[in-house]
Amino acid sequence: MIRLTFEPFDPGALLTAFAADRIEVGAVATFTGIARAEAGSTSVLELEAYPGFTETEIAKVAGHAKVRFSLDDFAILHRVGKIAPGEAVVFVATAARHRRAAFEACDFLMDYLKSKAPFWKKEHGPDGARWVEPRAEDHADIARWDKETST
Amino acid sequence: MARVLLFGRLSDLAGWREREIESPFLSALRAKLAGEDADLGAALAGPGVQVALDQVIVRGDAPLNASTEVAFLPPMSGG
Repeated sequence: MIRLTFEPFDPGALLTAFAADRIEVGAVATFTGIARAEAGSTSVLELEAYPGFTETEIAKVAGHAKVRFSLDDFAILHRVGKIAPGEAVVFVATAARHRRAAFEACDFLMDYLKSKAPFWKKEHGPDGARWVEPRAEDHADIARWDKETST
Repeated sequence: MARVLLFGRLSDLAGWREREIESPFLSALRAKLAGEDADLGAALAGPGVQVALDQVIVRGDAPLNASTEVAFLPPMSGG
């Protein structure tokens, strides 16, 4: 499942639904990203996506992750529009037979979503709004998965 | 009429997000937009700006038909 939503969501309910009726899976890992207030410098985070294109691009990488980590299943829910500090921005769940694959796939998907996924991010604060590009750390985080492939 | 979509900082710069524009080629569309708004024209040709035709990234020039969706995508920030 890959979905974009303008509405706030409950990560706990998503986990409950995702983990239900999985008698052979063994491991479910999840990550929830939450909008930060940045000590008052960000009052609202705004994310823009290109509906259709954004889901398709995420699906390509998630399909790759499913094979690479032998996942049984995955779920990705991403907020778009305006997001207040404290609200969940992204939820990723992975299901695999063993924990290592579930953890690593979740980590890999988040590194992709934070660095290369087709979103455009704007921070609204007391000094106005600004468009944000990925941090160097975000690029380094996704690059380490390339290294692991080549060694 | 191609349907032209701008994302991220490009729509802020242009002051619009979506427009119908008549143009037979992507290159002619770029020239038309640059003729109306030189800053936007420069931004659309700037580093890291990609173009998708009907949601598929293309490089170089391409013909447009009446229903082509042309999206200008600035560098993606991740979520």
